[in-house]
Amino acid sequence: MSSIVPGLLKGMAVTAKTLAHRSHTAEYPDVAPDLPPRSRGVIALLEENCTVCMLCARECPDWCIYIDSHKETLPATAEGGRERTRNVLERFDIDFSLCMYCGICIEVCPFDALHWSPEFEYAELDIRDLMHDKDRLGAWMPTVPPPVAADASAATPKEVAAAQKPPRRPAAPAAPA
Amino acid sequence: MPEALDLVVRVVAVLAAFLVLPLAVGQAEHKVMAHMQGRLGPMYAGGFHGWAQLVADGVKFVQKEDVTPAAADGRVFRLAPGIALVPYLVAMVAIPLAPGVVGADLDAGLLFVLAASAVAVLGTLMAGWSSANKYALLGGLRTAAQLLSYELPVVLGASSVAMAAGTLSLTGIGEAWRPWWLVWQLPALVCFFVGGVAELARPPFDMPVADSEIVFGPYTEYTGLRFAFFLLSEYAGIVVLAAMTTVLFLGGWHGPGPDGAWWMLLKTALVSVLVIWVRVAWPRLREDQLQTLAWKVLVPLALVQLVLTAVVAVGIAS
Repeated sequence: MSSIVPGLLKGMAVTAKTLAHRSHTAEYPDVAPDLPPRSRGVIALLEENCTVCMLCARECPDWCIYIDSHKETLPATAEGGRERTRNVLERFDIDFSLCMYCGICIEVCPFDALHWSPEFEYAELDIRDLMHDKDRLGAWMPTVPPPVAADASAATPKEVAAAQKPPRRPAAPAAPA
Repeated sequence: MPEALDLVVRVVAVLAAFLVLPLAVGQAEHKVMAHMQGRLGPMYAGGFHGWAQLVADGVKFVQKEDVTPAAADGRVFRLAPGIALVPYLVAMVAIPLAPGVVGADLDAGLLFVLAASAVAVLGTLMAGWSSANKYALLGGLRTAAQLLSYELPVVLGASSVAMAAGTLSLTGIGEAWRPWWLVWQLPALVCFFVGGVAELARPPFDMPVADSEIVFGPYTEYTGLRFAFFLLSEYAGIVVLAAMTTVLFLGGWHGPGPDGAWWMLLKTALVSVLVIWVRVAWPRLREDQLQTLAWKVLVPLALVQLVLTAVVAVGIAS
């Protein structure tokens, strides 16, 4: 009997202490959750950066990225110059019913066309509506947080270094021999 | 005419208390239990912190189908929820909030309330027996065993305080109460309160409805409004138990400062919260532990208290 009573009192003390503290409930639909800024909510697409290299689609473990494109021919800019072709993106869909949020497509993109956005409220009533096209993916782009600032003592990022290089001048005519 | 009006006012007041107080206790259980577990509990129904949750529950229960199993003893089965609920209404009639503030001031009010609330347990017993369900039967028999064991400490504890006051009238007991009775009648208080909680089959004495063992015991086959009546009778039982504990042992309408019915309400609310608190904090007893507690601890304790009360009462009288 003597061993029972302290246990009973301890149980009451624990519940009373919990009663005195704030509850842990997240009142989600009423109060927006306080997510870490880099939480993986949805994948946003910056369409201008995409070169249709197909790396993301090929690396995707469950093949949920669908890309269609065509080539356009750009006329030569200079007299006698060569025509150039470039890829134009027609379709960039991510099927979020298949996506497992591994982020490999984002890691693998060489041109920073894909980004993590913390937005997560895109549930649908029909599973087929979870196929989101490039306009929908692009609309999430403004919600992507800016990248972390580079370390003060870090080397200049290569993008910045490239932009700071003086423009290439036409080669000086070779000196007459 | 004034006499008839007085009667109507009293009846309406008791009915209102019967309809409101159990719901208040139920809502308090929702919220207190939630916060003791780090949750919020109902937040939507009614707008402000889910105050109308139990009203919404009632509306839901009314809409549900009322099923009587084919093999059940139909009339007994359908009658049981009423038997479980109505006695608490009857008991509430005789419980005074203050001298004069009572439905009916009976000379043997203590006896009346104890008898009425003991009848309520029969409803559970009827439900268990008539359901034609093995779990319901097991639960019903556990209820019967529990009723037999714990009626004794309850009655002995109550008779101790009745002896001390020298009357069976609840108003009389309340008036005779003195603060030092808190010490003198403490064992009786423990016996009465623990036995009362056990008779209501409230945790930690809820083996009759132990959901992890026997589904929901006697209530297994019940649906809709009849099921809701059983739940409501549990909360009405808490109100009656808390009010009786207050009147008999905690001084009822006496208190520091001016006496009044509001002391009675406050103390009843606090005792009800204690019943809820115990439910949240403690695990369920095993069936044999339950019987051990009743026969080896509470009954001897109540008998010793009776002797003590008698000796002290005779000492005071002489």
